[in-house]
Amino acid sequence: MEEFLFAFLNGDILREAWPILWQGFLYTLALSAITVPLGLAGGVILALLSTSGPRGIRLAAAAWTDLFRAIPPLVLLVFLYAGLPFAGIDVGAWGAVAIGFFLNTGAYYGEVLRAGIGSVPAGQMEAARSTGLTRGQALRHVILPQAVRNVLPDLVSNTLEVVKLTSIASVVALPELLFQARQAQNATYNATPIVAAAVAYFLLLWPLVRLISRLENKAMAGR
Amino acid sequence: MGGLESFLFSFFNLKVMGTYLPLIAQGLGLTVILALLIVVSGLALGLALALLRACGIRPLNWLIIFVVDLFRALPPLVIIVLLFFGLPAMGLGMSGFAATWLSLTLVLMAFAEEIYWAGITAVPKGQWEAARSTGLGFFQTLRLVVLPQALRITIPPLTNRTIAITKGTALGSVVGVAEILGAAQSAMSFSANPSPLTLGAIAYLILFIPVVALGRWVETRFAWKR
Repeated sequence: MEEFLFAFLNGDILREAWPILWQGFLYTLALSAITVPLGLAGGVILALLSTSGPRGIRLAAAAWTDLFRAIPPLVLLVFLYAGLPFAGIDVGAWGAVAIGFFLNTGAYYGEVLRAGIGSVPAGQMEAARSTGLTRGQALRHVILPQAVRNVLPDLVSNTLEVVKLTSIASVVALPELLFQARQAQNATYNATPIVAAAVAYFLLLWPLVRLISRLENKAMAGR
Repeated sequence: MGGLESFLFSFFNLKVMGTYLPLIAQGLGLTVILALLIVVSGLALGLALALLRACGIRPLNWLIIFVVDLFRALPPLVIIVLLFFGLPAMGLGMSGFAATWLSLTLVLMAFAEEIYWAGITAVPKGQWEAARSTGLGFFQTLRLVVLPQALRITIPPLTNRTIAITKGTALGSVVGVAEILGAAQSAMSFSANPSPLTLGAIAYLILFIPVVALGRWVETRFAWKR
């Protein structure tokens, strides 16, 4: 028991590692604040293209979505970070994360939003157009608000996944929470910093998990 | 070298690809085995937890909800790192393969439990009462009446979640598992050429595009009729 406490819940080590863990935590928040909007932007573009573009564009958007849903995000990230420099294109760790998240989480958000747009009856668009709204106005004021409401649980749940996914940025050495915890563990030969990081992730994301659970149960029960 | 030529040399170098094809193919095999193990153990454990929760023992249910929330909130890579780099401090070292398998199993278990549970609670109460009044026991009702209805509506969300989590096998490369990404990365450093990474990406596409398409099909096939 004492051995367990010493290795995993060591107060001295925690105090020592605290400053860099805190920095890592803030970095994770910043990464999330950048990657979530990036993914959403990609998702909105894909969803609009795959529901209202010409046939060729719709098919291309669907293929694009499947492509980036089939490639694991870490593979994409490693390719952008370690592969591209061989071709003389060095986007750096930040660039790799930004592009990778735009492509990967954009595909997921796109799929969710596409389903949302599909769930709005066609009559809504026709009614909106017949009142004199343009297509763009109808999409923005009539279709998208209903679409978002219909798939809200999936949108929130996807956002949780994006925040969790920022932990793979540790692989390209961005100093986010997991990376800092690994550094601290290497320096101290003690697992406490990693346990602390896990606790931090849990405290940060638990409210979101609870919220999703409630939204999902409501959606399932409402059928 | 021209731009296109240098691009092809870097990313579609057939000589390098030929040399490392066997290594990537082995990685593909390992990814498939790992993914299958995760799917079987994760879905089975998730169902077991959901059934346990259906028994309605209060303190036990709180524990189940906590465990499920925990593994839904933690990033899979954090769990893998904790098991692989943390546990040896207790003298409980495990291989990267075991750490990846166990981590993703726990994550899939948590998500699957939540989905199964939502499915079970979505079956109207009257179904329980009617079945019990015909003389079926609690477990008979669960098995013969409730589960068949519950599982049907869980199939689409479960399929999508399972696909997303099995793609997490690539995280194994961080703890030295020679699955597709791990194999491709070693091949890339041996050959000083990123073509093996292209090959790895192709391997993932071969593996997951049919699965993603299957997920799409399942979604429409089992869609709940409103």
